[in-house]
Amino acid sequence: MSRLEVTDLARGFGGVQAVSGVSFTLESGELLALIGPNGAGKSTCFNLLNGQLRPDSGRVRLDGVDLVGLPPRRIWAMGVGRTFQITATFASMTVAENVQTVLLSRARRLFGLWRPASRQFRDEALALLARVGMADQADRPCGVLAYGDLKRVELAMALASDPKILLMDEPTAGMAPAERLELMALTAALVRERGLAVLFTEHDMDVVFGHATRLLVLDRGAIIADGPPDAVRADRRVQAVYLGDES
Amino acid sequence: MSFLLVQALSGLATAATLFLVSSGLTIVFGVTRIVNFAHGSLCMIGAYLGWSLIERFGGSVGGFWGSVALASLGAGVLGAAMEVGLLRRLYRSPELFQLLGTFGVVLVVQDAVAWIWGPEDLMGRRAPGLKGSVDILGQPFPLYDLVLIGLGPLVLGLLWLLFTRTRWGVLVRAATQDRDMASALGVDPARLFTGVLFLGSALAGLGGALQVPREAVNLHMDMAMIVEAFVVVVVGGMGSLTGAFLAALLIGQLQAFGILVFPQITLVLVFLFMAVVLVLRPHGLMGRAEEAPPAAATAAPVLRLGNRGGWIAVGLLALLAAAPLLVGDYAVIVLTEMVILALFAASLHVLIGLGGLVSFGHAAYFGLGAYGAALLVRHLGAPMPLALAGAPLVAGLGALIAGWFCVRRSGLYFAMLTLAFAQITWSVAFQWSGFTGGDNGLLGIWPSAWASGKAVYFWLTLALCAGALALLRRAAFAPFGYALRAGRDSALRAESVGIDVRRHQWFAFALAGSAAGLAGGLYAFAKGSVFPTLMAVSVSVDALVMILLGGVQTVSGPLAGAALFHLLESQVMRATDLWRLLLGLTIVALVLLFPRGVVGVLSSRRERS
Ligand SMILES: Nc1ncnc2c1ncn2[C@@H]1O[C@H](COP(=O)(O)OP(=O)(O)OP(=O)(O)O)[C@@H](O)[C@H]1O
Ligand SMILES: [Mg+2]
Repeated sequence: MSRLEVTDLARGFGGVQAVSGVSFTLESGELLALIGPNGAGKSTCFNLLNGQLRPDSGRVRLDGVDLVGLPPRRIWAMGVGRTFQITATFASMTVAENVQTVLLSRARRLFGLWRPASRQFRDEALALLARVGMADQADRPCGVLAYGDLKRVELAMALASDPKILLMDEPTAGMAPAERLELMALTAALVRERGLAVLFTEHDMDVVFGHATRLLVLDRGAIIADGPPDAVRADRRVQAVYLGDES
Repeated sequence: MSFLLVQALSGLATAATLFLVSSGLTIVFGVTRIVNFAHGSLCMIGAYLGWSLIERFGGSVGGFWGSVALASLGAGVLGAAMEVGLLRRLYRSPELFQLLGTFGVVLVVQDAVAWIWGPEDLMGRRAPGLKGSVDILGQPFPLYDLVLIGLGPLVLGLLWLLFTRTRWGVLVRAATQDRDMASALGVDPARLFTGVLFLGSALAGLGGALQVPREAVNLHMDMAMIVEAFVVVVVGGMGSLTGAFLAALLIGQLQAFGILVFPQITLVLVFLFMAVVLVLRPHGLMGRAEEAPPAAATAAPVLRLGNRGGWIAVGLLALLAAAPLLVGDYAVIVLTEMVILALFAASLHVLIGLGGLVSFGHAAYFGLGAYGAALLVRHLGAPMPLALAGAPLVAGLGALIAGWFCVRRSGLYFAMLTLAFAQITWSVAFQWSGFTGGDNGLLGIWPSAWASGKAVYFWLTLALCAGALALLRRAAFAPFGYALRAGRDSALRAESVGIDVRRHQWFAFALAGSAAGLAGGLYAFAKGSVFPTLMAVSVSVDALVMILLGGVQTVSGPLAGAALFHLLESQVMRATDLWRLLLGLTIVALVLLFPRGVVGVLSSRRERS
């Protein structure tokens, strides 16, 4: 039984078939890259996996348990964390409070009416922020951060729930090249340490080929290649639809 | 049988007027995305203008219809002026400011109309040539109503032609679909919007002027009309003309037959109908499945739990507690009301400041608390402490029920739903006179003997309100407050980290409702009486103004706002009868000048320096 098993996933919007017949598996310890041109359906895939969108058909199983139809918060509780292509954080809170809120959510303490939230799980939050290199900005409001820093906060928030699977939609967008490689090195380390399974999308081919253990190539909603980096790089169809026009 | 037919026909006549007014509201909303509270006022102006003109020229057929047209034109011009002077500056503001700004105009118009035409109801002249009635299966039916019935579809047809066959109409439709597209097409959007406001307001004025021969023109027309038009527009789907037509027909019939079955609660029926439609078909009967666009997101500043705040609060509390020893009875009464209003405003702030939920019906829970306490005293002979304990429970229960519906929708729809529930409670208090005393209210709700001194009652109020405020503040900085803010800042992110946003909002609604209820209960004993006006829209708006005065984004702001508001109100009301006019102008000025409120502005000064 695979950690995540996706079978024949499909979803259309009106006339557009954004995702059709997508099947793949994801194991712990894998860093799986989902690549494809703009509009290929990558973000839609993510939204189907974490319950934000309901698939028209298909199955998503986490450790054998079907996730389809569950709301995002339930899927999160079962161990699926995610970051967004367009970062989504809580702008009226500080960086540390963002992470603390997630920790409080994991501890099911969000209906607490008495103890100040900012004094709960502060150390844990700081430790997570240190891991992603944001400890020095812990008390800044999230609303004023640079885009690359927001991505890191999102990562810390996703890690706060100690997920089994991490879905990262363009985790390095808006970062300088050196920062990108650094963040992916960090992700790879997390995968090794925690036995995480990561599915990520990325447009930077250096990042993809530098770190991914396996690649999925999506084109117009369908998977056209699935395999180790070298095999995918050599694939004719992939070169034609994707890598060909990159170089 | 024939009786039912006549009833159905009179429902159609009502529907025609409803449609005229609502079509204007929905057209304006479609293009500007602003729900224009003042639309009902424009309708009222149309009626008053129409009355004056018809009195002078309405003797002949031509004179009558000319007067109606001229009144409609007058309302249109005023609407256009309102676009240029106010709305134009609000297109990118949060919806709270849009609703409040237009409500400011409502207040101004109320006093201005009362000043020009006087407070008495005005009976208009009947339409020449249409004074009689026709026989319909043996039942008489007014000829004039028959003409109205025909007018509804006629106007719908004309509007349809306007929007499909003229260049202007096509541009307006393009702008409805996509606001930025209009400018891309090389049209001056400002002029387009002014034109739309003219059209919408002229329709409102037409609806008003056509009422002159049917019923007395009065100063309550504005709220009555706007509330019904809201319901029609929301049920039909905001921005949809055919939807408004359909909804007007349905609601006209609901009223015509509802009055036969439940004469006491026709208003409740209408609002329940709307709530059910919204839950079943979230976008109304013909609305497009598109959430009202998010209003310009004002990035909320970080709330901090300061250490100084506690000491300032203690100092203020000590000062207030000493006040009865230093000042006279009148000042103590004003202070008592101020403290009560501070709790009322702070309870609303839980929803707005933390949850981003703009409620336009928070007075319902203030009123439920007040009535809860008063009814316990009146019908069960409860002593004051028991009645005061009952107030937050009654209000909390009401909020729990209404909240279940309201938190299902966000933004403007949330505001409309809360308004609807407030109108339901208001109409129950107003129409169920056997139980609630109706319009006369309940009198003689005095505190127990031990608390009957003004100073003692003030201390009691201060203790209870300070306690409740401390609890609300605690909750704001506790995980619960964070979860609420998380849902407001990014519902997407909140749901994806396990936060049940709707559940938190529902709970917050109940919490805010019961705090408002406590304030209401205290208010009932402070005044010795309760009236349906406690639940009126204007009381909900008062609370919003207090928050706006104090600043939305600070926890202490509402307290300062409530104090300032009540001080102004009690002083200005003593000096002049034009309180509403001044309040209205103040609201408009506030909305235009300080979108973050007074305390908000001060604290952002502090941040910058
Ligand atoms: N909510 C939606 N409604 C309608 N169409 C949508 C919606 N979301 C996505 N689409 C369409 O589905 C297709 C796939 O979009 P998606 O965002 O999944 O692509 P992507 O691979 O993530 O692209 P990018 O690399 O630009 O992020 C696109 O054609 C897009 O227009
Ligand atoms: Mg994408």
